[in-house]
Amino acid sequence: MDSQTTERTAQLPQVTEPRNPGMALDLDWVAGVQANTSAIERRAASLPGRRSVKKDYQAAWLLKAITLIDLTTLSGDDTAGRVRRLCSKARQPVRTELLDALGVDGITTGAVCVYHDMIAPAVQALQGSGIPVAAVSTGFPAGLSPFHLRLAEIEESVKAGAEEIDIVISRRHVLTQNWQALYDEMKAFRTACGDAHVKAILATGELGTLRNVARASLICMMAGADFIKTSTGKESVNATLPVSLVMIRAIRDYYERTGYRVGYKPAGGISKAKDSLVYLSLIKEELGDRWLMPDLFRFGASSLLGDIERQLEHHVTGAYSAGYRHAMG
Amino acid sequence: MSIKEIFETMDYGPAPESVVEALAWLVDQGDRFGHFIDGAFTPPADGFESRNPATGEVLATLTQATQSDVDSAVIAARKAQPKWEALGGPGRAKYLYALARLLQKHSRLFAVLESLDNGKPIREARDIDIPLAQRHFYYHAGMAQLMEAELPDVQALGVCGQIIPWNFPLLMLSWKIAPALAMGNTVVLKPAEYTSLTALLFADICKQAGLPAGVVNIVTGDGAVGEMIVAAEVDKIAFTGSTSVGRRIREATAGSGKGLTLELGGKSPYIVFDDADIDSAIEGLVDAIWFNQGQVCCAGSRLLVQEGVAEAFHAKLRIRMDKLRIGNPLDKCIDVGAIVDPVQLDTISALVAANTAGEMYQPQIKMPEGGCFYPPTLIEGLTTSDTLMQEEIFGPVLVSSTFRTPGEAVEIANNTRYGLAATLWSENINLALDIAPKLVAGVVWINGTNMFDAAAGFGGVRESGFGREGGWEGLSAYTRPKGKTKPLTLIKPFKGDGAPADPLDRTAKMYIGGKQTRPDSGYSQAVYGKSGSLLGHVGLANRKDVRNAVEAAAGAKAWGKTTGHLRAQILYYIGENLSARADEFANRVNSMTGAKGGKAEVEASVQRLFTAAAWADKYDGQVHNVPIRGVALAMKEPTGVIGALCADEAPLLGLVSVMAPAIAMGNRVVLTASQPFPLAATDFYQVLETSDVPGGVVNILTGSHTEVAKPLAAHLNVDAVWSFSSNNLSSTIESASAGNLKRTWVNNSQAVDWSLDHSKRFLQAATEVKNIWVPYGE
Repeated sequence: MDSQTTERTAQLPQVTEPRNPGMALDLDWVAGVQANTSAIERRAASLPGRRSVKKDYQAAWLLKAITLIDLTTLSGDDTAGRVRRLCSKARQPVRTELLDALGVDGITTGAVCVYHDMIAPAVQALQGSGIPVAAVSTGFPAGLSPFHLRLAEIEESVKAGAEEIDIVISRRHVLTQNWQALYDEMKAFRTACGDAHVKAILATGELGTLRNVARASLICMMAGADFIKTSTGKESVNATLPVSLVMIRAIRDYYERTGYRVGYKPAGGISKAKDSLVYLSLIKEELGDRWLMPDLFRFGASSLLGDIERQLEHHVTGAYSAGYRHAMG
Repeated sequence: MSIKEIFETMDYGPAPESVVEALAWLVDQGDRFGHFIDGAFTPPADGFESRNPATGEVLATLTQATQSDVDSAVIAARKAQPKWEALGGPGRAKYLYALARLLQKHSRLFAVLESLDNGKPIREARDIDIPLAQRHFYYHAGMAQLMEAELPDVQALGVCGQIIPWNFPLLMLSWKIAPALAMGNTVVLKPAEYTSLTALLFADICKQAGLPAGVVNIVTGDGAVGEMIVAAEVDKIAFTGSTSVGRRIREATAGSGKGLTLELGGKSPYIVFDDADIDSAIEGLVDAIWFNQGQVCCAGSRLLVQEGVAEAFHAKLRIRMDKLRIGNPLDKCIDVGAIVDPVQLDTISALVAANTAGEMYQPQIKMPEGGCFYPPTLIEGLTTSDTLMQEEIFGPVLVSSTFRTPGEAVEIANNTRYGLAATLWSENINLALDIAPKLVAGVVWINGTNMFDAAAGFGGVRESGFGREGGWEGLSAYTRPKGKTKPLTLIKPFKGDGAPADPLDRTAKMYIGGKQTRPDSGYSQAVYGKSGSLLGHVGLANRKDVRNAVEAAAGAKAWGKTTGHLRAQILYYIGENLSARADEFANRVNSMTGAKGGKAEVEASVQRLFTAAAWADKYDGQVHNVPIRGVALAMKEPTGVIGALCADEAPLLGLVSVMAPAIAMGNRVVLTASQPFPLAATDFYQVLETSDVPGGVVNILTGSHTEVAKPLAAHLNVDAVWSFSSNNLSSTIESASAGNLKRTWVNNSQAVDWSLDHSKRFLQAATEVKNIWVPYGE
């Protein structure tokens, strides 16, 4: 176990929890994991009908969702200018008069998420806001570049000012059930991150089965992941409710066993305000209210914010909104 | 709370469903209802109030049906029936389709009204009850369409009296009305007095569908009205409700010739093996025992967890219970609604209060003020001898125990008088598919629970009742074979005082457990031929012989596990050995009956044996097309121990016609030979002995049918009793059968033409359909 990190609470403004130090690889635990797909799908399918938030409650929940967004741009044509615009949206995600009408202030997104080369402009643009910059790393999205370069990429990104690193795991270790290799890889990534928080992207759409998702989740937590995250957003299937259910149940088991809370980040495919409410109720039901905070939950999303803004304006005015009335990110 | 505060607490807040439309509909009807008879509502009369159990508010005033109301309803149904049946399947299909469409068009109105009236969460009414009700009408519109082509040998029963419970008011109505109408019957239905409103709304849509007057009649009122329907001139009673009322209906209809299906109580096991997906199994429990406040006949109310994971499982379960939300049923954000009525709440409270065993857990969740609510409850650490492990609570109360091995799980699961449903969780397909057939239940869910569909039959075994609702198997509850029957009169033995033709005594014994057995009574009776010559003696069976025979039959349980191929081989062998002694049997039959039909009877008997042998490995189950990713396997299982009084008039063929299909399906039989002409049966056991029939599979008694009927029909270890005796014992048998609600098939003094092959009917009566739901996916 990494003694440097066990007793330290990290530097992120939202973080009050001791970091997950990881634990020795426990293959018995991994082998005992079960995930019944049909039952998991039934739970996921019935949840939106079981939980519903309306009126002021819905507005409050949507504001909460905004604070949990990793506002993201991961495009080949990103420029410093594009990233500055995104950061400014992160600082002020909702029009001031709407926030005034809702009686809230100080709403920002949870983080801004970019590629390595965009870290510097992002850090600069977010100066003083307290909003951390997250960088995708380790040969994102495929994670198939030379291992030493993946480690070096993390180190470079941390040096450049990223406070959160979203790494991608080697899917082949899961598909070949090489749990030791996955554990070692994750542990190396975690070490390379140093004080920066590490989010492990499982690329669940490429893992074949929910059982594999559950096992990979556990392994990454055992190896010290601060967050586990569904997808890169580049797979054909990204975050889904069944996958989320499997991952957060793994988080719950890990917490019950070790006492450490690991965060969760569904990414890709969540673009509607209504979907975000379902995710929040899923987290509330399965993990509890403590996880509804930016240090333990994030949405990886780019277009979700726009829909939430429109819903909030509808809540304030009673009239359905239009996209152009809200600042683009 | 301000938005800012909610942002911090992240509470759910209220999410009420509007009741405006539902209340407006009640107001439009004047808040007072009569009955729906012959296509129109009768004027409201003296009656009772229908209340919202969540608030105690009066929703409407309903009319208590009088005898003349019930009579009018039955007369209207009787009058409408021939024309409705003559409309033909495709003609009826149009109306059933229209009803399905109208249920869909008014789905939210039905859902809100159901939730208001019953107290169930609006989510359940909206997402489960009402869609399933629609599905039943769609499905049975199809059955009406197909009836003439696919069921050419059956016709409608006539008028069906239907009495339904308060837990799923509209859904139970649909389960009853849709198949009845599809098969050409007309109905008189009584909803439960607590929950009649959606039935009355359904009456309203029957009008909108232009359903011919008298096809559906709905009368409201309490159990007294139910009794009137049971006693009325109807052809069939279908009842869903408590086992105690079901038993009374069985007694009341005994010997009346009315068809009867009963869907009664349960104490369904919910088995969790140590290799299960534990989180999913716990979530399944929410659907099993906290669905509809646990007021579900098939609720998984008896949790059995494998010892190795029991502690962890219960710890997780308690945490899950803490998350349940109980309150206003019309809130879209609650899990547990109101108990249907203060009376039911008292029953639940009293049962739990009387329990001193185990450890009780009730989550510290916010309970609503006022209204009829009971908290989700877990009582763990019970054993099979604790009352709450045996008695149905019909509330949100889960009891639990543990087991060590799969075998022990099955034993504990089956240690109950009920047999409605069972759930098991395991990720091991070998284990799951091994256990499912061993569970005594009409429905088994693997890795899921409370899954229903119109395409899969639902219904129980043991004291959970008989008959199936849904699927092809459900249609037999609303049809009967075509053709008219002739009355059967008592056939008396010949009298005589002559000496035997051959002085060498041959002693006919009874045949029990594979052994020739003297009667317990020590009494014998002479059998004379037509001319008065003594043909021999047979023993007079008494209740102890019945007991011994049933014990032998029960002990031969392994027969049910043999392969169809093996049973076919043995049946062929019996046929072969009988054929070898054809002349002897023909002479025996002729000498007893004084007629000349012996040769034909023996030939027909050999044919019955061959037909049964043919079916033994071909009377297949089905894979139902249910709307899940998975299969519902409709497996045909032997009924169990069948006791039969064999036909008097066909001493050999009557016995073989009953025995052959029964044992072909894996049942064990206790047969009482033709009373006037018993010697063919006693000769026949020699054929059995030489044909490799294992001891106890076939047991043959001789003597008085009257003497045997009652102990046989009352025996609690007999699963079905049939009577083809010329002595009309139908009433005695059906009345006595109420003890364990065994299946009955009695002739009500109507003759069977034994020269015709009725094997299909026997195969159907000799089997129970068990639906095993297997959702899959990785």
